[in-house]
Amino acid sequence: MSVTDRDDAEVLEGLSSQLAMKTLPRFAAGYSALIAAALTAVIVALTPAQGIAGSLVILFLLYMVVQTGWSFAVEGRRFAVDRLATTLVTTMFMIALAALVWIITSVVIRGLSSFSVDFLTSTMRNVSPLREGGGLLHALVGTLEQVGMAALIAVPISILVAIYLVEYGRGKLSTWVTFFVDVMTGVPSIVAGLFIYTFWVLTFGFERSGFAASLALTILMIPVIVRSTEEMLKIVPNDLREASYALGVPKWKTILRIVIPTAFGGIVTGIMLSIARVAGETAPLLLTTFLSQSMNGNLMAGPQASIPTFVWDQISSGTPASIDRAWAGALVLILVVVIFYGLARLVAKLTAPASE
Amino acid sequence: MGDRVFTNLTRLAGIFVLVLMAAIGAFLVWKAIPAFRDNTGNFFTTQEWFPDASPPFFGIAALAFGTAISSVVAMVIAVPVAIGTALFIGFYASRRIATSLGFIIDVLAAVPSIIYGLWGLQVLMLHMDGITKWLNDYLGFIPLFRNEIGIYTKSIFIASVVLAIMILPTISALSREVFLQVPRSHREASLALGATRWEMIRMAVIPFGRPGVISATMLGLGRALGETIAVALILSAAFEINWHITEPSGNTFAANIALKWNEAGPIGLSALIASGLILFIITLVVNMIARAIIAKHKEFSGANG
Repeated sequence: MSVTDRDDAEVLEGLSSQLAMKTLPRFAAGYSALIAAALTAVIVALTPAQGIAGSLVILFLLYMVVQTGWSFAVEGRRFAVDRLATTLVTTMFMIALAALVWIITSVVIRGLSSFSVDFLTSTMRNVSPLREGGGLLHALVGTLEQVGMAALIAVPISILVAIYLVEYGRGKLSTWVTFFVDVMTGVPSIVAGLFIYTFWVLTFGFERSGFAASLALTILMIPVIVRSTEEMLKIVPNDLREASYALGVPKWKTILRIVIPTAFGGIVTGIMLSIARVAGETAPLLLTTFLSQSMNGNLMAGPQASIPTFVWDQISSGTPASIDRAWAGALVLILVVVIFYGLARLVAKLTAPASE
Repeated sequence: MGDRVFTNLTRLAGIFVLVLMAAIGAFLVWKAIPAFRDNTGNFFTTQEWFPDASPPFFGIAALAFGTAISSVVAMVIAVPVAIGTALFIGFYASRRIATSLGFIIDVLAAVPSIIYGLWGLQVLMLHMDGITKWLNDYLGFIPLFRNEIGIYTKSIFIASVVLAIMILPTISALSREVFLQVPRSHREASLALGATRWEMIRMAVIPFGRPGVISATMLGLGRALGETIAVALILSAAFEINWHITEPSGNTFAANIALKWNEAGPIGLSALIASGLILFIITLVVNMIARAIIAKHKEFSGANG
């Protein structure tokens, strides 16, 4: 081995140790957490009581300081910032997740504790707010009728709008329709209720009823169904349409016989999702139908209850028994929403094209 | 023949949507006129709400203030969390579970607002004393956080926290959709140049996604402004402009309509419709701006907004 060879090797070694970045050990996050926990314990022990939430906040801040500082010292600024960003982004996600878990577990636990089969099969007729018992059968029936009627009105209109936008829409009109369908998704639900009240009750003199509630829900459903149907129609391959035209089938028949059946599963899924969405609406129902404690199967006349307004009513009563009923009602409402979501997924699965 | 009928039928449905939107505005204006005509207060600056007194005396100042401040505080809380969530699902979580995580966050959007209200009133409110007291003790020099009456329930701050959770999925879902559309080559190029993950996000993802994130934020704002039931259950419905957001007070356009509806007389209804009209116009403008931003950057669709 000549002298120069050894020199080269040394130079190379020196270079590589300069090039290879110094990094924190693999379990740096864990070590940082341990150090932060130890520091937190000291702080909590030495200062007046902070409570659990306070301690957690201190722990989290110390964790960030320890890890970022360590990384800054060893790895440099860029990597310290990267680690800090990772911690922050992960924390943001955890906060969102924690909120969801907190809400869902509250509803399930408090709902189950006052839930019974009776709750599903009885109404609030002659049940004073102070007393336990009663149920939401009347509200369940009301919700199903109102949402069903809303779907009956909204579905054909929405599908026609979607067909117009995808198959025919060219030019100014379709631009405007697209834009206003989007804007319509942002109409607050209470405004939909206000409009139906001014239109249906004040102007045409009909009474407040379950049907008026359906009309308000229709306004909320239309943009959602149009959007989802539009997306579904767009992914129907053009080859199908052209094959149909080539056989001499007119455009409208092609749409009804070829395009719609192809997209059918997706369209139904979208409808189910929109139903799940409006089934929980409260505000428009408060304006368009009176609260009711009794069974009323007639959509067209008289006060009609619904699950959201049932929950609202029970919260407003404010007695311990009625608050329990409100939680049980909330649980049933979530179940109704989940069932519609489940149906949507089921339809999507059953009608999905077989994968090759 | 059949073609012409069907074409016109679908066009009619399209026109119906436009007519419906116009009708909402027109009917609200028409039925709000009696309230505007008979009001002896100033509609925009009066804080009281006595539309059924004779003479009627009311204004939307307190409502506008409560709506604005509750939405703004909600945005301040929700936007960082929502964008962080979108980034986490898009670039930090492992590819295998990312879709499921996205679905889980979307579940938040499916929870009905009455349940948010019930939870906020019965669960969250009991746990907010600590933080609001802390804000008062240590940040009380800022008027916003000062609490002079020592009662911490039924406040705008609590309503804002609930609103923040409600609009989080709206902002997060659209932001995520936009982030997913950042060209892969941009991201990989920046990583190949030695950028850290955060530098990749800051230099490749955020610049590309900014318009989408802004419009997602606007859509979230629109939702917060119009939210009714959760806010109505939590706020104490006072007609005053109170900058101390941790004190029990506050009211919003939407909540006021829901709470006053069943006790309102003819002018009362008209006044509520008038306030609803203002809410409609505000949300319309906010949504139009958001949609215009999306339409200008056609790379991503605004679906599921």
